[in-house]
Amino acid sequence: MLIFEHSRPGRRNYSQSPAAAEIVGIPQNLMRKVPPLLPEVSEMDAVRHYTRLSQKNFSIDTQFYPLGSCTMKYNPRACNSLAMLPQFLARHPRAPESTGQGFLACMYELQEILKDVTGMAGVCLTPMAGAQGELIGIAMIRAYHESRGDSARTEIIVPDAAHGTNPATAVMCGYKVVEIATDKEGDVDMEALKAAVGPQTAGLMLTNPSTLGVFEKNVAEMSKLVHEAGGLLYYDGANLNAILGKVKPGDMGFDVIHINLHKTFSTPHGGGGPGSAPVGVAPRLLPFMPVPVVGSDNGMYRWLTEKDIPQTIGRLSAHMGNAGVLLRAYVYVRLLGAEGMHRVAEFAALNANYLMAEMSKAGFEIAYPTRRASHEFIVTLKELKEKTGITAMNVAKRLLDKGYHAPTIYFPLLVPECMLIEPAETESRETLDAFVAAMKEIMEEAHNQPELVKNAPHTTPVRRLDDVKAARELDLTWKQV
Amino acid sequence: MSIPNDLKYTKSHEWVRLEDDGTATIGITQHAQELLGDMVFVETPKVGRKLKQGEECAVVESVKAAADVYAPIAGEVAAVNPDLESAPEKINQDAYAAWLFKLKSVNAADLANLLDYAAYQKILESEENQ
Repeated sequence: MLIFEHSRPGRRNYSQSPAAAEIVGIPQNLMRKVPPLLPEVSEMDAVRHYTRLSQKNFSIDTQFYPLGSCTMKYNPRACNSLAMLPQFLARHPRAPESTGQGFLACMYELQEILKDVTGMAGVCLTPMAGAQGELIGIAMIRAYHESRGDSARTEIIVPDAAHGTNPATAVMCGYKVVEIATDKEGDVDMEALKAAVGPQTAGLMLTNPSTLGVFEKNVAEMSKLVHEAGGLLYYDGANLNAILGKVKPGDMGFDVIHINLHKTFSTPHGGGGPGSAPVGVAPRLLPFMPVPVVGSDNGMYRWLTEKDIPQTIGRLSAHMGNAGVLLRAYVYVRLLGAEGMHRVAEFAALNANYLMAEMSKAGFEIAYPTRRASHEFIVTLKELKEKTGITAMNVAKRLLDKGYHAPTIYFPLLVPECMLIEPAETESRETLDAFVAAMKEIMEEAHNQPELVKNAPHTTPVRRLDDVKAARELDLTWKQV
Repeated sequence: MSIPNDLKYTKSHEWVRLEDDGTATIGITQHAQELLGDMVFVETPKVGRKLKQGEECAVVESVKAAADVYAPIAGEVAAVNPDLESAPEKINQDAYAAWLFKLKSVNAADLANLLDYAAYQKILESEENQ
C-alpha cells in the first residue's frame, strides 16, 4: 500500500493541535489554484507506514549481504552519531570560514589521510558520486593534454571487464573508447593492450583489483606502456578496499584515481544515502584539480578556489559535495587508524578467499580457479543451468528464502551465469559457513525439486517480480498528473 | 543450437541475408539472443544512414545488459523493423525472423569475408569450451 492510499482530505500530523491561524495577505495571483498532490495522513499513520515498509526490507542490519561493498557495507554506528553532532548538522555551508574551522579541519585531515593511503599528491573531496569522480578524472586528463597542446590524443582504453561507467565517462569527455579483451587468467590481455596503445592514446582506465575479483598482475608493465606512449592512467577505486593500506595506486603508477567512500570507507549508500567519490591526483595533475579543496595557512583552514588553482577544471557541486558522507568517512578512518585500515584489507581478502575455498569444496565452479580472490570472487553456474535449467537468477531468488540477500548476478558479463560474491570484512566465519550451507541446499533442490527454485522466492513480502514487464512498460508514477 | 545454414554470420553474433533485390537483411543470432535474455528495448539506426563495415549501429537491451550491434557489411540503411519498438520480445521468439535493419547499396562481395554456417558453429563451440 502506498502512502497516498492512506490519504484522507484534511488529515494532518497535527490533527489534535489547536487550529492554526489563517495566513492573510498573500496576493491572490500567487495563491495556487489546486492543492498540491501530497498525501494527507496523521503522524501515527506516517510512522506506521514507513516502519512497516522498513520491516519488509532485506537489509544489511538484518541479513548477510554478499552484494558486498558495491551496494553498501555495514555502516558503523559511531560514524553516524559523530557526523550528526549538532555543530555539524547546523553549520551553514556559506558560514564564514572562521566559524567552521572544526568542520574544515576534519575535511583537511580527510584529504591528508586519503593522500597518504592512496599515494597521491592531492585530493579533492567534492565529487558527489563515483560516476562524477570518473568524469572529473578524465576531464583532468583532457585538461592536461590540452595544456600541452597535445590534441592528437583521442582515445581512452578500457578493458572489457570494466564497469559500464568507464566507457560512458570517456565518451562524455569526448573520447573514443577502445575496448581491450581479458585473457583466460582474468587479466587484461597484454598483447591487445600493446596493439592499442599509441600516440592517439589519452589514457587507460583500470580497476585494480578488477571486477573479476583478481589483482592485475601486469599493472606495472601496463603503466610503463601507457606512460611511454604519453598517455595517463586512471584508477577506478571501486575495489580499493581489497588493497587498502597494502598497495597504493600512486605506487602502481596511476595519475588520477577516484575512491567510492561507501565501498572502502563504509559510508551509507544504495538508497541509504548519497554517494561521494573523492578524487586523488599525481603531481602533474595538481594544477587542474576541481575546486574547492581545503587548504591550511598557518593553522587556519580555508577553501582554495579558482584564485589558488587558476587552471582548475571548475566546480562540480555547490559547496563541499556531500559533506555528511565525508564526515562519516572521516570518523571511520580516524577510528581505524593506519593499522586498522590494513586490517580492513586483510579481513576482506581473508573472508573472500575462505568463502571461495568453501564454495569450491561444496561443488561450485569458480570462474578463475587458479587465482587468489581479492575481496570478491566469481562463481559460474553454467553447468547447473545446462543440467537442470536452473539459472543464476533462480538461485539468487531462492537465497532470499534462506535469509540471505543475493550476490551480484550477471556481472561481469564475460562470465556466463555468474555470481559475484563479496562477503566484506565485517562477517564472521559462522555467517560465511551458513551461507555455503544454504547454497549447497539450493544446489540439491535444483536437482531434486527444480520447481521450488524456479518459482522462488516463497517467503518474502512480494514474490518473483516481473522485471521484464517492469523494463518494457516503465511506470514511474503512482498517478498521472 | 539452431543456426540456419543459408545465412552469413559475424564473430559478434549478427546474421546477414542477401535478398534477391540486392539488399541485405541484418539481425542478431539465436545465440546472442539467448545470452542476453529477455529483450526490453531495441535502438535501430536511422534510415538513410551510411554504415561502414564493423560500425556500431544499433543497440539491443535486455534485462541483463545492453549490447552494441555492428554492421556486418557496409551499406546504407534502407529500412528498420517497425515491430521491434513496441515488441522487442520478437527477437527472443525468433531471432532469425525478427530482423533489425536492411541495407542497400551493399557490395555482395563483402559477404564473402563473413562466416558461413560451419565457421560460426565452430566459434560457438570454442566459446562454449572456454
